[in-house]
Amino acid sequence: MNPFHYHRPKTLAEAQMLFRDAESPRFIAGGMTVLPSMKARLLDAENLIDLSKIEALQGIEARSGRLRIGASTTHATIANSAVVRQMLPALATLAGGIADRHVRNRGTLGGSLANNDPAADYPAAALALDAQIVTSERTIAAADFFTGLFETALTEAEIITAVDFSLPDRAAYTKHRHPASGYAIVGVFAARFGQHWQLTLTGSSAYGAIRLMAFEKQLVKGATPDGLDGVDIDDLPILEDPSFPIAYRRHLIKLMAKQAVAMTIDDVSI
Amino acid sequence: MSRIDLTINGQSKRFDVPGETLLVDLLRDQAGLTGTHIGCDTSQCGACVVRVDGATVKSCTILAMQCAGGRIETIEGIAKGKELHPVQAAFSENHALQCGYCTPGFVITAIDIIETNPQGLDAQTVREELHGNICRCTGYNNIVAAILDAAQRMGVPVQATGERS
Ligand SMILES: Cc1cc2nc3c(=O)[nH]c(=O)nc-3n(C[C@H](O)[C@H](O)[C@H](O)COP(=O)(O)OP(=O)(O)OC[C@H]3O[C@@H](n4cnc5c(N)ncnc54)[C@H](O)[C@@H]3O)c2cc1C
Ligand code: FES
Ligand code: FES
Repeated sequence: MNPFHYHRPKTLAEAQMLFRDAESPRFIAGGMTVLPSMKARLLDAENLIDLSKIEALQGIEARSGRLRIGASTTHATIANSAVVRQMLPALATLAGGIADRHVRNRGTLGGSLANNDPAADYPAAALALDAQIVTSERTIAAADFFTGLFETALTEAEIITAVDFSLPDRAAYTKHRHPASGYAIVGVFAARFGQHWQLTLTGSSAYGAIRLMAFEKQLVKGATPDGLDGVDIDDLPILEDPSFPIAYRRHLIKLMAKQAVAMTIDDVSI
Repeated sequence: MSRIDLTINGQSKRFDVPGETLLVDLLRDQAGLTGTHIGCDTSQCGACVVRVDGATVKSCTILAMQCAGGRIETIEGIAKGKELHPVQAAFSENHALQCGYCTPGFVITAIDIIETNPQGLDAQTVREELHGNICRCTGYNNIVAAILDAAQRMGVPVQATGERS
Protein backbone atom coordinates (compact mmCIF):
# COMPACT_ATOMS: atom_id res chain seq x y z
CA MET A 1 0.00 0.00 0.00
CA ASN A 2 1.10 3.54 -0.58
CA PRO A 3 1.79 5.52 2.61
CA PHE A 4 -1.05 7.39 4.27
CA HIS A 5 -1.98 9.08 7.54
CA TYR A 6 -4.54 7.42 9.80
CA HIS A 7 -6.99 9.39 11.96
CA ARG A 8 -9.43 8.16 14.57
CA PRO A 9 -11.90 10.96 15.41
CA LYS A 10 -14.36 10.60 18.30
CA THR A 11 -17.16 12.79 16.95
CA LEU A 12 -18.96 13.35 13.67
CA ALA A 13 -17.93 17.03 13.61
CA GLU A 14 -14.28 16.14 14.09
CA ALA A 15 -14.45 13.53 11.31
CA GLN A 16 -15.97 16.00 8.87
CA MET A 17 -13.47 18.70 9.78
CA LEU A 18 -10.58 16.29 9.24
CA PHE A 19 -12.06 15.27 5.88
CA ARG A 20 -12.45 18.87 4.71
CA ASP A 21 -8.95 19.89 5.79
CA ALA A 22 -7.00 16.84 4.57
CA GLU A 23 -5.34 16.12 1.25
CA SER A 24 -6.92 13.18 -0.63
CA PRO A 25 -9.07 11.99 2.30
CA ARG A 26 -11.26 8.90 2.59
CA PHE A 27 -13.45 7.53 5.33
CA ILE A 28 -12.83 3.99 6.54
CA ALA A 29 -15.36 1.97 8.53
CA GLY A 30 -14.73 -1.80 8.56
CA GLY A 31 -12.13 -1.45 5.83
CA MET A 32 -13.37 -4.62 4.09
CA THR A 33 -13.62 -2.79 0.77
CA VAL A 34 -11.20 0.10 1.33
CA LEU A 35 -8.20 -2.02 2.41
CA PRO A 36 -8.40 -4.76 -0.27
CA SER A 37 -8.83 -1.97 -2.88
CA MET A 38 -5.85 -0.02 -1.54
CA LYS A 39 -3.73 -3.16 -1.40
CA ALA A 40 -4.61 -3.82 -5.04
CA ARG A 41 -3.87 -0.14 -5.83
CA LEU A 42 -7.36 0.32 -7.20
CA LEU A 43 -7.82 3.06 -4.67
CA ASP A 44 -5.52 5.61 -3.13
CA ALA A 45 -5.82 8.02 -0.22
CA GLU A 46 -3.37 10.17 1.70
CA ASN A 47 -5.56 10.37 4.78
CA LEU A 48 -7.81 7.62 6.13
CA ILE A 49 -10.39 8.79 8.64
CA ASP A 50 -11.71 5.95 10.77
CA LEU A 51 -15.42 6.25 11.66
CA SER A 52 -15.58 3.23 13.93
CA LYS A 53 -15.04 5.07 17.25
CA ILE A 54 -17.80 7.64 16.73
CA GLU A 55 -20.58 6.83 19.17
CA ALA A 56 -23.30 8.54 17.12
CA LEU A 57 -22.85 5.85 14.42
CA GLN A 58 -23.57 2.96 16.77
CA GLY A 59 -26.56 1.21 18.27
CA ILE A 60 -29.69 -0.69 17.27
CA GLU A 61 -33.03 0.77 18.27
CA ALA A 62 -36.69 -0.07 17.62
CA ARG A 63 -38.95 2.96 17.63
CA SER A 64 -42.30 4.06 16.23
CA GLY A 65 -42.73 0.88 14.26
CA ARG A 66 -39.34 1.13 12.56
CA LEU A 67 -35.89 -0.29 13.16
CA ARG A 68 -32.92 2.06 13.24
CA ILE A 69 -29.42 0.64 12.96
CA GLY A 70 -26.25 2.71 13.39
CA ALA A 71 -24.00 2.90 10.32
CA SER A 72 -20.99 1.42 12.13
CA THR A 73 -22.86 -1.72 13.19
CA THR A 74 -21.02 -4.77 11.90
CA HIS A 75 -22.64 -7.55 9.88
CA ALA A 76 -21.91 -9.95 12.78
CA THR A 77 -23.64 -7.68 15.30
CA ILE A 78 -26.74 -7.38 13.09
CA ALA A 79 -26.83 -11.14 12.48
CA ASN A 80 -26.69 -11.86 16.21
CA SER A 81 -28.82 -8.99 17.51
CA ALA A 82 -31.83 -10.18 19.51
CA VAL A 83 -33.79 -7.08 18.47
CA VAL A 84 -33.12 -7.56 14.75
CA ARG A 85 -33.84 -11.28 14.94
CA GLN A 86 -37.15 -10.58 16.56
CA MET A 87 -38.30 -7.56 14.55
CA LEU A 88 -36.74 -8.14 11.14
CA PRO A 89 -35.35 -11.68 11.05
CA ALA A 90 -34.78 -11.54 7.28
CA LEU A 91 -32.21 -8.79 7.82
CA ALA A 92 -30.37 -10.87 10.43
CA THR A 93 -30.33 -13.78 7.97
CA LEU A 94 -29.03 -11.51 5.22
CA ALA A 95 -26.26 -10.14 7.45
CA GLY A 96 -25.26 -13.65 8.56
CA GLY A 97 -24.88 -14.70 4.91
CA ILE A 98 -22.48 -11.92 3.91
CA ALA A 99 -18.93 -13.01 3.09
CA ASP A 100 -17.42 -15.08 5.93
CA ARG A 101 -17.25 -14.82 9.73
CA HIS A 102 -14.00 -12.81 9.71
CA VAL A 103 -15.29 -10.22 7.23
CA ARG A 104 -18.61 -10.06 9.11
CA ASN A 105 -16.72 -9.16 12.29
CA ARG A 106 -15.37 -6.00 10.58
CA GLY A 107 -17.62 -4.94 7.68
CA THR A 108 -20.41 -2.47 8.45
CA LEU A 109 -23.90 -1.58 7.25
CA GLY A 110 -22.89 2.02 6.46
CA GLY A 111 -19.77 0.96 4.56
CA SER A 112 -21.73 -1.49 2.46
CA LEU A 113 -24.42 1.05 1.51
CA ALA A 114 -21.86 3.81 0.82
CA ASN A 115 -19.96 1.44 -1.43
CA ASN A 116 -23.06 0.27 -3.36
CA ASP A 117 -21.40 -2.75 -4.92
CA PRO A 118 -23.85 -4.28 -7.44
CA ALA A 119 -23.32 -7.68 -5.81
CA ALA A 120 -23.71 -6.49 -2.20
CA ASP A 121 -26.62 -7.72 -0.09
CA TYR A 122 -27.78 -4.73 2.01
CA PRO A 123 -28.86 -2.52 -0.92
CA ALA A 124 -31.56 -5.09 -1.77
CA ALA A 125 -32.93 -4.91 1.79
CA ALA A 126 -32.72 -1.11 1.95
CA LEU A 127 -34.70 -0.74 -1.26
CA ALA A 128 -37.35 -3.36 -0.45
CA LEU A 129 -37.89 -1.98 3.05
CA ASP A 130 -38.15 1.71 2.03
CA ALA A 131 -35.16 2.45 4.23
CA GLN A 132 -34.31 6.01 5.13
CA ILE A 133 -30.58 6.63 4.96
CA VAL A 134 -29.79 9.12 7.72
CA THR A 135 -26.65 11.17 7.14
CA SER A 136 -24.73 13.97 8.79
CA GLU A 137 -26.67 16.40 6.55
CA ARG A 138 -30.12 14.99 5.78
CA THR A 139 -32.30 11.93 5.34
CA ILE A 140 -32.37 10.19 1.95
CA ALA A 141 -34.92 7.60 0.81
CA ALA A 142 -33.22 4.40 -0.39
CA ALA A 143 -34.85 4.81 -3.80
CA ASP A 144 -32.98 8.13 -4.23
CA PHE A 145 -29.79 7.01 -2.51
CA PHE A 146 -28.52 4.39 -4.96
CA THR A 147 -27.68 6.23 -8.15
CA GLY A 148 -25.66 3.71 -10.17
CA LEU A 149 -22.88 1.13 -10.00
CA PHE A 150 -20.76 2.03 -6.95
CA GLU A 151 -22.53 5.43 -6.99
CA THR A 152 -24.70 7.01 -4.30
CA ALA A 153 -26.28 10.38 -3.55
CA LEU A 154 -23.66 11.03 -0.83
CA THR A 155 -21.75 14.28 -1.30
CA GLU A 156 -18.19 15.15 -0.18
CA ALA A 157 -17.65 14.71 3.56
CA GLU A 158 -21.22 13.45 4.06
CA ILE A 159 -21.37 10.57 6.52
CA ILE A 160 -24.11 7.96 6.88
CA THR A 161 -25.02 7.86 10.55
CA ALA A 162 -27.87 5.32 10.59
CA VAL A 163 -30.32 3.38 8.48
CA ASP A 164 -33.98 3.39 9.39
CA PHE A 165 -35.92 0.36 8.08
CA SER A 166 -39.69 0.04 7.84
CA LEU A 167 -41.09 -3.18 9.29
CA PRO A 168 -43.09 -5.37 6.89
CA ASP A 169 -45.54 -8.07 7.93
CA ARG A 170 -43.03 -10.62 6.73
CA ALA A 171 -39.80 -10.58 4.80
CA ALA A 172 -37.28 -13.02 3.41
CA TYR A 173 -33.94 -12.92 1.61
CA THR A 174 -32.73 -15.66 -0.70
CA LYS A 175 -29.28 -15.64 -2.22
CA HIS A 176 -27.31 -17.72 -4.63
CA ARG A 177 -23.81 -16.86 -3.59
CA HIS A 178 -20.62 -16.86 -5.56
CA PRO A 179 -18.81 -20.00 -4.42
CA ALA A 180 -15.49 -18.18 -3.89
CA SER A 181 -16.30 -14.64 -2.72
CA GLY A 182 -19.70 -15.13 -1.11
CA TYR A 183 -21.12 -12.12 -2.97
CA ALA A 184 -24.58 -12.50 -4.52
CA ILE A 185 -24.81 -13.86 -8.04
CA VAL A 186 -28.52 -13.40 -7.49
CA GLY A 187 -30.11 -12.13 -4.30
CA VAL A 188 -33.83 -11.42 -3.92
CA PHE A 189 -35.33 -9.60 -0.96
CA ALA A 190 -39.10 -9.98 -0.58
CA ALA A 191 -41.05 -7.79 1.84
CA ARG A 192 -44.80 -8.25 2.28
CA PHE A 193 -46.89 -5.34 3.53
CA GLY A 194 -50.44 -6.67 3.87
CA GLN A 195 -51.27 -8.03 0.43
CA HIS A 196 -48.64 -6.19 -1.52
CA TRP A 197 -45.01 -7.05 -1.97
CA GLN A 198 -41.82 -5.11 -2.55
CA LEU A 199 -39.32 -7.34 -4.29
CA THR A 200 -35.75 -6.35 -5.05
CA LEU A 201 -32.87 -7.88 -6.94
CA THR A 202 -29.14 -7.60 -6.27
CA GLY A 203 -26.16 -9.34 -7.80
CA SER A 204 -27.28 -9.43 -11.40
CA SER A 205 -28.58 -6.03 -12.29
CA ALA A 206 -26.39 -3.79 -14.41
CA TYR A 207 -27.49 -0.80 -12.29
CA GLY A 208 -27.06 -2.21 -8.80
CA ALA A 209 -30.07 -3.20 -6.70
CA ILE A 210 -33.44 -2.69 -8.43
CA ARG A 211 -37.13 -3.34 -7.77
CA LEU A 212 -38.66 -6.36 -9.52
CA MET A 213 -41.86 -4.55 -10.56
CA ALA A 214 -43.09 -7.23 -12.96
CA PHE A 215 -43.21 -9.74 -10.11
CA GLU A 216 -44.76 -7.24 -7.69
CA LYS A 217 -47.63 -6.54 -10.10
CA GLN A 218 -48.36 -10.23 -10.52
CA LEU A 219 -48.37 -10.82 -6.75
CA VAL A 220 -50.77 -7.97 -6.06
CA LYS A 221 -53.18 -9.63 -8.48
CA GLY A 222 -53.08 -12.66 -6.20
CA ALA A 223 -50.45 -14.78 -7.91
CA THR A 224 -48.92 -17.67 -5.98
CA PRO A 225 -45.12 -18.05 -5.99
CA ASP A 226 -45.41 -20.52 -8.88
CA GLY A 227 -47.40 -17.89 -10.75
CA LEU A 228 -44.15 -15.95 -11.15
CA ASP A 229 -42.90 -18.58 -13.60
CA GLY A 230 -44.85 -17.08 -16.47
CA VAL A 231 -43.76 -13.47 -15.87
CA ASP A 232 -41.66 -11.99 -18.64
CA ILE A 233 -38.40 -10.60 -17.18
CA ASP A 234 -36.54 -10.25 -20.48
CA ASP A 235 -36.46 -6.46 -19.98
CA LEU A 236 -34.40 -6.63 -16.78
CA PRO A 237 -30.96 -5.04 -17.25
CA ILE A 238 -28.84 -8.08 -16.44
CA LEU A 239 -25.04 -8.11 -16.31
CA GLU A 240 -23.32 -10.00 -19.10
CA ASP A 241 -20.69 -12.28 -17.58
CA PRO A 242 -19.23 -15.42 -19.18
CA SER A 243 -19.19 -17.32 -15.86
CA PHE A 244 -22.87 -16.65 -15.21
CA PRO A 245 -24.73 -16.18 -18.53
CA ILE A 246 -27.89 -14.11 -18.72
CA ALA A 247 -30.20 -17.11 -19.23
CA TYR A 248 -28.77 -18.75 -16.12
CA ARG A 249 -29.18 -15.58 -14.08
CA ARG A 250 -32.78 -15.16 -15.28
CA HIS A 251 -33.50 -18.70 -14.17
CA LEU A 252 -31.95 -18.02 -10.76
CA ILE A 253 -33.87 -14.74 -10.37
CA LYS A 254 -37.19 -16.59 -10.76
CA LEU A 255 -36.10 -19.38 -8.47
CA MET A 256 -34.85 -17.02 -5.73
CA ALA A 257 -37.95 -14.82 -6.07
CA LYS A 258 -40.32 -17.79 -5.78
CA GLN A 259 -38.51 -19.06 -2.69
CA ALA A 260 -38.41 -15.64 -1.05
CA VAL A 261 -42.09 -14.94 -1.70
CA ALA A 262 -43.08 -18.40 -0.45
CA MET A 263 -41.28 -17.66 2.81
CA THR A 264 -43.32 -14.50 3.27
CA ILE A 265 -46.56 -16.47 2.93
CA ASP A 266 -45.89 -19.70 4.79
CA ASP A 267 -45.61 -19.68 8.51
CA VAL A 268 -42.37 -21.58 8.23
CA SER A 269 -39.09 -19.98 9.15
CA ILE A 270 -37.65 -16.96 7.41
CA MET B 1 4.69 7.31 12.66
CA SER B 2 2.35 6.77 15.55
CA ARG B 3 2.87 4.95 18.79
CA ILE B 4 0.40 2.20 19.76
CA ASP B 5 0.03 -0.21 22.63
CA LEU B 6 -1.09 -3.76 21.97
CA THR B 7 -1.48 -6.74 24.25
CA ILE B 8 -0.22 -9.68 22.23
CA ASN B 9 -0.77 -13.12 23.75
CA GLY B 10 -1.06 -11.54 27.18
CA GLN B 11 2.02 -9.33 26.95
CA SER B 12 1.77 -5.54 26.63
CA LYS B 13 3.99 -4.10 23.95
CA ARG B 14 4.53 -0.68 22.39
CA PHE B 15 5.13 -0.16 18.67
CA ASP B 16 5.90 2.75 16.37
CA VAL B 17 4.10 2.25 13.08
CA PRO B 18 3.26 4.26 9.97
CA GLY B 19 -0.48 4.51 9.18
CA GLU B 20 -0.40 1.95 6.37
CA THR B 21 1.07 -0.91 8.45
CA LEU B 22 -1.16 -3.98 8.36
CA LEU B 23 -1.56 -5.95 11.57
CA VAL B 24 -0.05 -9.04 9.91
CA ASP B 25 3.10 -7.11 9.02
CA LEU B 26 3.43 -5.74 12.54
CA LEU B 27 3.06 -9.25 13.96
CA ARG B 28 5.54 -10.85 11.58
CA ASP B 29 8.14 -8.10 11.10
CA GLN B 30 8.08 -6.13 14.35
CA ALA B 31 6.83 -8.62 16.95
CA GLY B 32 8.71 -11.54 15.34
CA LEU B 33 5.61 -13.73 15.41
CA THR B 34 5.85 -15.44 12.04
CA GLY B 35 3.27 -18.13 12.76
CA THR B 36 0.58 -15.89 11.27
CA HIS B 37 0.84 -16.38 7.51
CA ILE B 38 0.00 -14.40 4.38
CA GLY B 39 -1.59 -16.60 1.72
CA CYS B 40 -3.25 -14.16 -0.68
CA ASP B 41 -3.62 -10.55 -1.75
CA THR B 42 -7.40 -10.60 -1.93
CA SER B 43 -8.57 -11.04 1.69
CA GLN B 44 -9.96 -14.47 0.90
CA CYS B 45 -7.70 -17.23 2.22
CA GLY B 46 -7.73 -16.82 6.03
CA ALA B 47 -4.09 -17.92 6.55
CA CYS B 48 -3.66 -14.65 8.48
CA VAL B 49 -6.56 -15.04 10.92
CA VAL B 50 -5.93 -13.88 14.50
CA ARG B 51 -8.30 -12.69 17.24
CA VAL B 52 -8.55 -9.01 18.04
CA ASP B 53 -10.51 -8.24 21.22
CA GLY B 54 -11.99 -11.71 21.06
CA ALA B 55 -13.19 -11.67 17.43
CA THR B 56 -11.54 -13.43 14.48
CA VAL B 57 -10.23 -11.08 11.80
CA LYS B 58 -8.05 -11.32 8.72
CA SER B 59 -4.89 -9.59 9.94
CA CYS B 60 -3.95 -8.80 6.31
CA THR B 61 -7.06 -6.61 6.05
CA ILE B 62 -6.87 -4.56 9.23
CA LEU B 63 -4.48 -1.73 10.03
CA ALA B 64 -2.30 -2.02 13.11
CA MET B 65 -3.63 1.43 14.03
CA GLN B 66 -7.23 0.15 13.97
CA CYS B 67 -6.21 -2.27 16.74
CA ALA B 68 -4.67 0.39 19.01
CA GLY B 69 -5.17 -0.54 22.65
CA GLY B 70 -6.45 -3.97 21.62
CA ARG B 71 -5.87 -7.55 22.70
CA ILE B 72 -4.37 -9.79 20.01
CA GLU B 73 -4.29 -13.60 20.11
CA THR B 74 -2.05 -15.43 17.66
CA ILE B 75 -1.12 -19.06 17.08
CA GLU B 76 2.03 -18.62 19.21
CA GLY B 77 -0.04 -17.92 22.31
CA ILE B 78 -2.35 -20.92 22.51
CA ALA B 79 -0.20 -23.86 23.67
CA LYS B 80 0.71 -24.12 27.37
CA GLY B 81 4.46 -24.57 27.17
CA LYS B 82 5.00 -27.92 25.48
CA GLU B 83 1.39 -28.95 25.99
CA LEU B 84 -0.59 -28.44 22.77
CA HIS B 85 -3.95 -26.71 22.81
CA PRO B 86 -6.71 -29.35 22.33
CA VAL B 87 -7.36 -27.96 18.82
CA GLN B 88 -3.68 -28.32 17.89
CA ALA B 89 -3.63 -31.87 19.27
CA ALA B 90 -6.80 -32.77 17.36
CA PHE B 91 -5.42 -31.32 14.10
CA SER B 92 -2.28 -33.41 14.51
CA GLU B 93 -4.09 -36.62 15.41
CA ASN B 94 -6.75 -36.28 12.69
CA HIS B 95 -4.25 -35.47 9.92
CA ALA B 96 -5.91 -32.12 9.43
CA LEU B 97 -2.82 -30.58 7.89
CA GLN B 98 -0.39 -31.42 5.13
CA CYS B 99 1.88 -28.50 4.22
CA GLY B 100 0.60 -26.57 7.25
CA TYR B 101 0.53 -23.17 5.60
CA CYS B 102 -3.17 -22.55 6.26
CA THR B 103 -3.10 -24.21 9.70
CA PRO B 104 -2.49 -21.21 12.01
CA GLY B 105 -5.57 -19.47 10.56
CA PHE B 106 -7.66 -22.64 10.80
CA VAL B 107 -6.62 -23.34 14.39
CA ILE B 108 -7.44 -19.80 15.61
CA THR B 109 -10.74 -19.94 13.71
CA ALA B 110 -11.53 -23.38 15.13
CA ILE B 111 -10.92 -22.23 18.70
CA ASP B 112 -13.30 -19.34 18.14
CA ILE B 113 -15.94 -21.55 16.52
CA ILE B 114 -15.84 -23.93 19.49
CA GLU B 115 -15.84 -21.16 22.10
CA THR B 116 -18.75 -19.32 20.48
CA ASN B 117 -20.90 -22.47 20.23
CA PRO B 118 -20.85 -23.85 23.79
CA GLN B 119 -24.36 -25.28 23.31
CA GLY B 120 -23.07 -27.72 20.72
CA LEU B 121 -21.66 -28.14 17.21
CA ASP B 122 -22.31 -30.25 14.15
CA ALA B 123 -20.35 -30.78 10.95
CA GLN B 124 -22.61 -28.57 8.87
CA THR B 125 -22.14 -25.60 11.22
CA VAL B 126 -18.38 -26.09 11.22
CA ARG B 127 -18.33 -26.16 7.40
CA GLU B 128 -20.42 -23.00 7.23
CA GLU B 129 -18.15 -21.22 9.73
CA LEU B 130 -15.04 -22.19 7.73
CA HIS B 131 -16.07 -20.20 4.63
CA GLY B 132 -13.31 -17.66 5.25
CA ASN B 133 -10.47 -20.22 5.42
CA ILE B 134 -9.01 -21.95 2.39
CA CYS B 135 -6.80 -25.05 2.45
CA ARG B 136 -5.18 -26.15 -0.81
CA CYS B 137 -4.02 -29.53 0.51
CA THR B 138 -6.37 -31.49 2.71
CA GLY B 139 -9.84 -31.29 1.22
CA TYR B 140 -11.46 -30.19 4.53
CA ASN B 141 -12.91 -33.52 5.72
CA ASN B 142 -10.11 -34.08 8.21
CA ILE B 143 -10.20 -30.44 9.28
CA VAL B 144 -13.91 -30.70 10.09
CA ALA B 145 -13.31 -34.00 11.90
CA ALA B 146 -10.46 -32.45 13.92
CA ILE B 147 -12.59 -29.49 14.98
CA LEU B 148 -15.43 -31.75 16.11
CA ASP B 149 -12.94 -33.95 17.95
CA ALA B 150 -11.44 -30.88 19.66
CA ALA B 151 -14.91 -29.61 20.55
CA GLN B 152 -15.58 -32.84 22.41
CA ARG B 153 -12.24 -32.61 24.22
CA MET B 154 -13.21 -29.08 25.26
CA GLY B 155 -16.56 -30.26 26.63
CA VAL B 156 -18.78 -29.02 23.79
CA PRO B 157 -21.44 -31.53 22.73
CA VAL B 158 -21.20 -32.71 19.12
CA GLN B 159 -24.36 -33.61 17.23
CA ALA B 160 -24.33 -35.99 14.29
CA THR B 161 -25.59 -34.66 10.97
CA GLY B 162 -26.00 -36.73 7.83
CA GLU B 163 -22.44 -35.79 6.98
CA ARG B 164 -20.51 -37.88 4.48
CA SER B 165 -17.02 -38.69 5.71
C1 LIG C 1 -13.66 -11.57 1.04
C2 LIG C 1 -14.83 -10.63 1.06
C3 LIG C 1 -16.10 -11.09 0.77
C4 LIG C 1 -17.20 -10.22 0.77
N1 LIG C 1 -18.44 -10.74 0.52
C5 LIG C 1 -19.54 -9.94 0.56
C6 LIG C 1 -20.84 -10.44 0.36
O1 LIG C 1 -21.07 -11.65 0.19
N2 LIG C 1 -21.89 -9.57 0.36
C7 LIG C 1 -21.70 -8.23 0.61
O2 LIG C 1 -22.68 -7.49 0.61
N3 LIG C 1 -20.48 -7.72 0.84
C8 LIG C 1 -19.39 -8.54 0.82
N4 LIG C 1 -18.15 -8.01 1.08
C9 LIG C 1 -18.01 -6.56 1.40
C10 LIG C 1 -18.24 -6.30 2.87
O3 LIG C 1 -19.60 -6.53 3.15
C11 LIG C 1 -17.91 -4.89 3.35
O4 LIG C 1 -18.44 -4.77 4.62
C12 LIG C 1 -18.43 -3.72 2.58
O5 LIG C 1 -17.93 -3.76 1.29
C13 LIG C 1 -17.94 -2.37 3.08
O6 LIG C 1 -18.14 -2.16 4.44
P1 LIG C 1 -16.96 -1.65 5.36
O7 LIG C 1 -17.57 -1.25 6.63
O8 LIG C 1 -15.87 -2.62 5.39
O9 LIG C 1 -16.53 -0.30 4.57
P2 LIG C 1 -15.12 0.29 4.17
O10 LIG C 1 -14.37 -0.65 3.31
O11 LIG C 1 -14.44 0.82 5.36
O12 LIG C 1 -15.66 1.52 3.29
C14 LIG C 1 -16.31 1.32 2.05
C15 LIG C 1 -16.65 2.68 1.42
O13 LIG C 1 -17.69 3.31 2.17
C16 LIG C 1 -17.26 4.57 2.68
N5 LIG C 1 -17.88 4.65 4.00
C17 LIG C 1 -17.78 3.75 5.01
N6 LIG C 1 -18.59 4.07 6.02
C18 LIG C 1 -19.24 5.22 5.66
C19 LIG C 1 -20.22 6.05 6.29
N7 LIG C 1 -20.71 5.75 7.52
N8 LIG C 1 -20.65 7.15 5.62
C20 LIG C 1 -20.16 7.44 4.39
N9 LIG C 1 -19.25 6.69 3.75
C21 LIG C 1 -18.79 5.60 4.38
C22 LIG C 1 -15.76 4.53 2.65
O14 LIG C 1 -15.20 5.80 2.51
C23 LIG C 1 -15.50 3.66 1.42
O15 LIG C 1 -15.58 4.44 0.27
C24 LIG C 1 -17.03 -8.85 1.08
C25 LIG C 1 -15.75 -8.36 1.38
C26 LIG C 1 -14.64 -9.23 1.37
C27 LIG C 1 -13.29 -8.69 1.71
S1 FES D 1 -3.61 -13.46 3.72
FE1 FES D 1 -5.29 -14.29 2.63
S2 FES D 1 -6.97 -13.52 3.79
FE2 FES D 1 -5.30 -12.64 4.78
S1 FES E 1 -2.38 -27.90 4.73
FE1 FES E 1 -1.52 -27.03 2.95
S2 FES E 1 -2.82 -25.35 2.57
FE2 FES E 1 -3.82 -26.35 4.16
